Amino acid sequence: MSLSHYLVLAAILFTIGAVGVLVRRNAIVVFMCVELMLNAVNLTLITFARSTGTVDGQIIALFVMVVAAAEVVVGLAIIMSIYRTRRSASIDDANLLKY
Amino acid sequence: MIEAPDISWGALAPLLLVFGAACAGILVEAFVPRALRHPVQVGLALVGTLGALAATVLLAGTREVTAVGALAVDGPALFLQATIAGLGALSVLLFAERALDPARSAFVVSAAVPAGSPRDRELATVPQVQTEVYPLATFAIGGMMLFVASNDLLVMFVALEVLSLPLYLISGLARRRRLLSQEAAVKYFLLGAFASAFFLYGLALVYGAAGSVRLSEVREAVGTDGGGALLVLGLALLVVGLLFKASVAPFHTWTPDVYQGAPTAVTAFMAACTKVAAFGAILRLLYVAFGTAEWTWRPLVYAAAIVSMVVGAVLGLTQTDLKRMLAYSSVAHAGFLLTGVIGLGAAGTGSGLPATMFYLLAYGITTLGAFAVLTLVRDGDGEASHLSQWAGLGARSPVTAAVMTLFLLALAGIPLTAGFTGKFAVFRAAIEQGAWPLTVVALLASAVAAFFYLRVVVLMYFSEPVADGPTVGVPGVPTTLVLAVTATATVALGVLPGAVLDLAERAAIFVG
Repeated sequence: MSLSHYLVLAAILFTIGAVGVLVRRNAIVVFMCVELMLNAVNLTLITFARSTGTVDGQIIALFVMVVAAAEVVVGLAIIMSIYRTRRSASIDDANLLKY
Repeated sequence: MIEAPDISWGALAPLLLVFGAACAGILVEAFVPRALRHPVQVGLALVGTLGALAATVLLAGTREVTAVGALAVDGPALFLQATIAGLGALSVLLFAERALDPARSAFVVSAAVPAGSPRDRELATVPQVQTEVYPLATFAIGGMMLFVASNDLLVMFVALEVLSLPLYLISGLARRRRLLSQEAAVKYFLLGAFASAFFLYGLALVYGAAGSVRLSEVREAVGTDGGGALLVLGLALLVVGLLFKASVAPFHTWTPDVYQGAPTAVTAFMAACTKVAAFGAILRLLYVAFGTAEWTWRPLVYAAAIVSMVVGAVLGLTQTDLKRMLAYSSVAHAGFLLTGVIGLGAAGTGSGLPATMFYLLAYGITTLGAFAVLTLVRDGDGEASHLSQWAGLGARSPVTAAVMTLFLLALAGIPLTAGFTGKFAVFRAAIEQGAWPLTVVALLASAVAAFFYLRVVVLMYFSEPVADGPTVGVPGVPTTLVLAVTATATVALGVLPGAVLDLAERAAIFVG
């Protein structure tokens, strides 16, 4: 397999994640789709690290993982707090704020 | 053998002060007795931000790239860092207000207690103050100051997250109308994480094309021909991520909801400081990394500017809630700021950079003041932000109405206020670059936007007061100080803008 296969796979994963964010209604699933997008980015970074012959991409992927972990902590805390109140994690139920 | 990197600590003093204060704030939260925590936390946050402001003044004139090329300490970075630190200190003062809410604080006592539960109702009236908001806000301020100084896409991404994560949390910390506040936090978080994923994918593509994420090396790869499709696509994704943070339409959908749901003091902080930080990063990215191939980003920024001005001005007309109206005003102002970005010109030959920096300062001060006034007008359930409740406020509280009128006129861009000077500067920069169609749209959008600002003024002075209308609270020292400083600065930047314009002009040289 050539390196471009990995790039195409990453692009497909990123697109699946992006579409998931737009169409799924459960906050947890939406959040998982965002994580899928971040992991697609990691795959892209590592492929490019290989193709450009530098290690920067691998280091950046580690940074992305740490940041994603921090994001999980904050995100799940926020989703939990709203779930406790509403007994639902659907983002369609959160509709007090509109136009 | 790994050599220690060469870091010029002195040039990083503003960042170190703010991050130091934030870390110390966490320790205070753990070890200082509850009764002392509030004054200690407020003091610490103020020392950090005002110390950083003083440090940027001392560093004025510094132009260097440090931390192995990851950070640039130059004129624009210091000017915007000073702006963020100053506006951040004012926001901390707004957070610290204890006289307005009968329960002594606008922030929830225990965010973990479900909203509406018996325990929550019990806590709602307890005059207890929670102080977690201060270290969180200080971290956000630090992240913003890092954001405008980052000379490397990876540092830019880390700074983006450091500024965003605390903001997601503090927008959910309102004491009253907690459901709205939590909903705002969820929306902001999900959309913010979505946008940072786009930024990150752009970073990966730029890395693949240029072999580095250092802005100077990206510039070499870009050259004048744009450096190929991959690099241009990466640029587009990076800009999308940044435009989201700057609440530029069509990436603004979170703005009205989050501005309305978050505690008003936090909204003031977000509206003023986040805008400065996001535009600082946009300017640096477009100028340092892609300045030699201006054609790659000009159409995108041009279109976003028009959409943003039109959406902000037109949807602002239909709003009945003042916080939402100011949110759409923020979208429209993001469009005006982008006309200044267009004014950067090829290879940064235009006068767009100082104009945009001045506009950021003027807009930040004015909008912070406007939201500070909003915290004063209250009914039994917290702030009375519905437009109808403001009818006849001029008769009931002339001073409050007069101060609000000043800020609204400045936001509308009436001469002799900061808003006019800022608008004049960015429009002139855009015209110098031949973007007169954009300027025509901007003028029309300003006229439409002026209508909804003036509608509030008319409502305050020429309507009969409503029967059971809101009361205007007597602010304590912190809010009074914020209103005094912002009102004075709004007038000063309108009447005598020369000194600050000169300062922006002299600071407007990027390194790296």
